[in-house]
Amino acid sequence: MKSFLRDVAIVASATFETPSEPSRNEVEMLLPVIHDALGQVGLSQGEIGFTVSGSSDYLQGYTFAFVGALDAVGAWPPIRESHLEMDGAFALAEAVAYLQEGHVDTALVYAFARPSRGDLDRTLSVQLDPYTVAPLWPDARGLAGLQAQAMRDSGRYGDVPDVTPTYVGDGVTAVILATGDRARELTKTPVWIRGIDHRIEAQMLGLRDLGSSASTKLAGEGAGATNIDEAYLHVLYPHQELLVKDALGLDRQPVNTAAGPMMVGGLERLATAAKSIAGTGKRAVATATSGACMQQNLVAVLEGAAA
Amino acid sequence: MTEEVLVADHTIEYTYTRSTGPMIGAFLTGLRDGKIVGCRGADGRVIVPAVDYDPVTSEDLSETVEVADEGVVTTWSWNDRPLLGQPLDHPFAWALVKLDGADTSLLAAVDVDDPSKISTGSRVKARWAEERVGSITDIAAFEVV
Amino acid sequence: MSETAEAPGPVTIVETPIHLDYKFTPGVAQSRFLRALERGEITGQRCPKCQKVYVPPRGACSMCGVATDEEVKLSGKGTITTFCVTQIPSPGLVPPYVTAWIRLDGSDITSMFLIQECDPAEVRLGMRVEAVWVEESELVPDLGNIKYFRPIDEPDAEYETYKDYV
Ligand SMILES: [Zn+2]
Repeated sequence: MKSFLRDVAIVASATFETPSEPSRNEVEMLLPVIHDALGQVGLSQGEIGFTVSGSSDYLQGYTFAFVGALDAVGAWPPIRESHLEMDGAFALAEAVAYLQEGHVDTALVYAFARPSRGDLDRTLSVQLDPYTVAPLWPDARGLAGLQAQAMRDSGRYGDVPDVTPTYVGDGVTAVILATGDRARELTKTPVWIRGIDHRIEAQMLGLRDLGSSASTKLAGEGAGATNIDEAYLHVLYPHQELLVKDALGLDRQPVNTAAGPMMVGGLERLATAAKSIAGTGKRAVATATSGACMQQNLVAVLEGAAA
Repeated sequence: MTEEVLVADHTIEYTYTRSTGPMIGAFLTGLRDGKIVGCRGADGRVIVPAVDYDPVTSEDLSETVEVADEGVVTTWSWNDRPLLGQPLDHPFAWALVKLDGADTSLLAAVDVDDPSKISTGSRVKARWAEERVGSITDIAAFEVV
Repeated sequence: MSETAEAPGPVTIVETPIHLDYKFTPGVAQSRFLRALERGEITGQRCPKCQKVYVPPRGACSMCGVATDEEVKLSGKGTITTFCVTQIPSPGLVPPYVTAWIRLDGSDITSMFLIQECDPAEVRLGMRVEAVWVEESELVPDLGNIKYFRPIDEPDAEYETYKDYV
């Protein structure tokens, strides 16, 4: 594991989640949550050095929804900004990398989704190979079932739980990052990101070993996920908890899992891990997953400096 | 002030026209002609569907290999709620199928009416569509042999 | 070469249709805007920080990044800040036709509308215009309620009043 040029900490976060947001659009959902996170450390958007978000326009059925969402941050005067068509946790990894360059000391990372407006199982199939897979419109739940069965057939996991319906939830999460002394200035309880790495596997399901998560294992090694006190795992279906625990070698630690809204749930795991260990001196691992059958995985190691 | 928020049906519909590239083109040409075509990877494995680049080394791949339209289920799941656009309009199984002569598996629908009729290791054979046009949907579904 | 049927060549192109259905909601602010249109009114929202009025309102000031909720009713009159004359036919439109950016009186953002009941050669920056609505019985929650804008008998606006919107 490589060390950082500059230490980066999660200094604040806020989240909102509901099974189905009946009325507000993405901007209206984001505004109070971003303002909550900024307010926790007394920052205004103008003081944020880098802004980056994760979302997928297909989930809201609104092309360039990620551009519209910028209304929630006030992009004037023009801001440094980036967007990933992925879970917000991967946007956080980009922010950590950006902060290493040393031009800015703070970053705002947010994610949003409103998949309740469509049929999530169908929507997610557009991320599959467009030539030989997507024309079959495979539902996300059915693909996860292939993974669960491959785990059963491997005989390595004992009882493998059945696949549940794909979780549909709407929500937003915002996280504020700061480097070194700036983080210590903003809060008495910064949660330091000691390691973060993400890996992707082949898109063709038939090329992958669905009975294990090679990308989680490598990302865990890259992030230095050892000596862990608590785990906050992003799993979309119950069987995936077994895969992630196996890949990260988690056995005795308390494990807290959640799916969360698609594209938001991973960032929410990192935020929740940070909230839980802030000021405790504990070391936590948090994960995020994206893509069919956990194609892409991110692992972050967080340390809550003792208060 | 609370007012009823407006809701409208909204459909996103677009037909992408894609160039296939030589190897996916060979696979789709094969389907049109009633054959299943894979390719030989850098390590000698036969990859189905054929791909343009080796999944490990990224080398250009160019050697096509025809495989059988029959093979073995390597994993499967039950779909009790078929969705719009899926290969069958009644409950069916999704499966990864390793065709005879191939070293990787292909995602397909298996037309069985009950999950008790399929398992990992089941032998299945392609049922071809009546009209083949050069699309993955030229395989209507697989059937348990 | 004769026109007899040949063996089809290799597949090089594939069509992959996407079809996704949604129950779309425009959000709280835009729902209010559309409800106002259904009553034959144009409403905007004022930013509590910079005081700019947005039409259509989107629930936020995109400059300040703060929520907006003060409703502002507009008159439906405005000023052309820039325009273009199109000579190419478009569905439902006979060329030449004029499309203009209009700054509605009392708002701080321009919107695009058609200009009709006017010779395209006479359209100019600063020209005063008003909205022409569909019949009251045809009002629906849709911006299509405004068929187009037409000139009104008022002196042109001074350049200074709209120069920031050109
Ligand atoms: Zn403002």
